[in-house]
Order: sequence, then structure tokens, then C-alpha cells
Amino acid sequence: MSNDQNLIEMRGVSKHFGDFQALKDVTLDVKLGERVVVCGPSGSGKSTLIRCINRLEVHEAGDIIVDGVTLNDSQESLDKISGTVGMVFQQFNLFPHLTVLENLTLGPRRVLGLSEDEAKKRAMLYLERVQIPDQADKFPRQLSGGQQQRVAIARSLCMEPRIMLFDEPTSALDPEMIAEVLEVMTELAKSGMTMIVVTHEMGFARRVADKMVFMDKGEIVEIGAPEDVFTAPKSTRFAAFIKQILNH
Amino acid sequence: MKRIYILLPLFLLLAGCSGNWGWYVVDPSTTNGANNLRFMMSGAYNTILMSLTAILISITVGLLVALPGLSKKKRWRAVNRTYVEIVRAVPILVLILWVYYGLPQLSGITLNVFWAGVLALALSDSAFQAEIFRAGIQSISKGQYEAAQSISLNYRDTMRYVILPQAIRRILPALGNQLVYMLKMSSLVSVIGMQELTRKANELVVSEYRPLEIYTILVLEYLVLILIVSAGVRWLERRMNSSEA
Repeated sequence: MSNDQNLIEMRGVSKHFGDFQALKDVTLDVKLGERVVVCGPSGSGKSTLIRCINRLEVHEAGDIIVDGVTLNDSQESLDKISGTVGMVFQQFNLFPHLTVLENLTLGPRRVLGLSEDEAKKRAMLYLERVQIPDQADKFPRQLSGGQQQRVAIARSLCMEPRIMLFDEPTSALDPEMIAEVLEVMTELAKSGMTMIVVTHEMGFARRVADKMVFMDKGEIVEIGAPEDVFTAPKSTRFAAFIKQILNH
Repeated sequence: MKRIYILLPLFLLLAGCSGNWGWYVVDPSTTNGANNLRFMMSGAYNTILMSLTAILISITVGLLVALPGLSKKKRWRAVNRTYVEIVRAVPILVLILWVYYGLPQLSGITLNVFWAGVLALALSDSAFQAEIFRAGIQSISKGQYEAAQSISLNYRDTMRYVILPQAIRRILPALGNQLVYMLKMSSLVSVIGMQELTRKANELVVSEYRPLEIYTILVLEYLVLILIVSAGVRWLERRMNSSEA
């Protein structure tokens, strides 16, 4: 019945914060290798949507199936998807007391059981991929925002996840640093990584996304290929949203 | 300049009652004075050993009590609150007497003076340590937990490698405070006969009958110990901060 190519399936997912309904009956499939860009006004539930996928938020109703595992309260379901889903945060959330290299090797060593040498080798590999191998021994606060975010991407990649989630990865960056982070993300997309990206970078969405999702008030209002939704938006809300974003 | 603030009160003390001093009891140039001084300082070993042992225990217990205080479950938080509120309410001197004289009757376990003192000091301090750790851990941003969860670290590793190293840096000044406090409170263990600084001074006062000079030396002994601790904590703070750059 369900396509086993679906890496993520969300079926009628709902979530409240107190009286506020953050997600309203959301249904979304993400296929292996698919790049999904999620946009929408603030408070529309886009962050909550991806935070439910790696269980940073607990959904109340509906089903979320990640890589064949239905997420529920059991530790078992969490253990099964352990390392499957990587996440990059708006505020980077690097560990400030550890060097860049230590930030990258902590997960592989403690969770995947790699030896120190193996973990270091892997960390250097991904630091090359995000183009900052020379910063390995620095502490996060010695790096620029763009460099920090690239370290955060590398930290996630070191766990070799099957899905990468990005929660507004460029929103906390100065304009001149946005490009370097988007470039790394574009490279990652080209390599075939399954990605869900919450962002307002419409240029990136057009270039990279297979599927655009527009959310408002906790609901998916518009969904489709970028060339279709950008040229002929079906909903007035999305039309108004793009107009606003492109005008400013 | 700094020294003036320390020395000024001493000069005033000395000048104001010059006729009444009898420094001979602790004059190192006389045999008796030197012996007395040596006798007084011989208590330092027990004061330091007792305080350090007690603070190590209280930090461990404090951390173990702080963790349930951070739980989302009300029942765990209640365990933390109950411990902190009860232990914090007992005066240290009362706790020392209770552990030394009361506990053997209750449990049949008799502790020697040293361990009774250490247990009472550690127990009393652990409630404060628990609050310090709870505040320190709570000051770490939610993003750090989320990042740890996003690389699938379990609770123990998250605490050990991510949260506690950052929290401990922040609470270092408070931990230093507690060690200073512990050194001073250890003087109370003299009441059950522990041979530490205060007890030695008391015994000397009984035989020499010069309380003013002997207790002044005692004050200086604690002052020196605590200045050393302060310098140590500051050095540690600087070292830890520089490693974070």
C-alpha cells in the first residue's frame, strides 16, 4: 500500500502548544533522495513540523513513520531511528566548550562506537566537504557565523544520517555569509541526500527543491514542484506570501 | 595598596590595646613559643583533610540530588525538594552532634570523630551543592540538549560531555565559595573532639591562658588557608576560560 521508497510519512499529524494549534492534520511524504523546502510566515508550524520528525517535539495525533519506524513514546522507536535523522539549527547549537574536531567526533565515538582515529578521519572528511578543514582545532566562538553553521552541518553529516533536516539554517547569519552555507547545502543536495529545509531563501528553493511546501496556521496550504507553485500558485495565501518576500 | 586593607585593622587592634598583649606564648624565637605555634599548626592537616573529603562527598551527593530536580516528572522534583528543604534546615552544629551522638543509637553504627565530622559537613553542604548544580545546569540553553539529541547522545553522555562541563565552568565561583565555607564550618567539629585547628587552639588556651593571642593566631591560620583556596579557584577559573578562548 504505502510506497517503501517513502523515507518519511506523516499522516494526519497534529500538535498543540497550550491553546495554540501548531500543526493541524498535516500529511506529507518524503521520498528517498527528495529535497523538500518548507516555507511560510512565522508561527505557521514549519519548524514544529520538522522538529516532530526527529522527536524534538512530540506529536499528539496522527502517525509519523521515519525509515519504516513508527515514532511513539517507546525508547525502542527512538533507538531504531538513532543516527537516521540529522538536524541543523538556526542558532548552530555547537558545543562551545569543545573544539570543532571534538564537536564532530563526539557523536561518532559515543553513539556509533568509532575509535578516536576513525572518528577523526571521518570528521576531517566532512570538514573538507564543508570547506573548513583548517579550522579543526579552533573553538566555535573563534569562527564566523557562516563557518559555525558549516561545522554544524558537518557535525550532523558525521553521523551519516539518511535524512537531513534544516531549521532556518541561514536566518541567524549576516547576508555575506548566507551564500557559503547555501553553497554547502546545494552540494549536499547534489550528492543525493534526502533533505527537508525550512527556509525563506526562495532562490535556493527554486534551484534545489523537488517539492515546495507552503504552510500557514499549522496547515499545508500549497504543495508542488517549485516551477509550478511559483509560476501558478493555487492559493491566494501563498501568492500573497511570495509577493511579500520578493518585494522586500 | 591591597595589603593596607588587610594590615590596617591589625595595626588598630595592636595599637589600641598594646599593654595587654602577651605575644610570648607564640613567639617563635623562644622554645615554648615555637612549640606552641607548632602545636597550633598541627591541626591544619585535619582541617584540610576533613574539608576536602567532605566537599568531594557533598559535590557528588549534590549532583545526584540536583539531577532529579531537573526532571519533567513532578515526583522526581519532589524528591529533590524534600532533600534540599530538610537538610538545609538543620544547623551544622546540630547535625554534627546528631551524627556523632545520635546516629550510633539509631543505627548501631559508631563513627569515629573524623568520619562523623565529615559526614555531617558533607550532608549539610550537599543541599547547597544540589541547588548550585541545579541552577548551573538550568542555565545551559535548550539548544545544547537539542543538539545532543540530534546526534543521538543518550542522557548520560549528554550530561557528561555536553551539559556538565559547561555548567561546572559557570558554577566554579560558587563551588569555591562552598569550599571556603566548608573550611570555616569544619571548626565546629572541634566540639566532638576532632583535633583540628580550633580544637588545638582551645587546648592551648586552657594550658597557657592567653586566649587573645592564641585566637588571633587561629584567625590568621584560617585567613591563610582561605586565601590559598581563593587563589586556587581563581587560577582554575582563568585556566578553564582560556581553554574556551
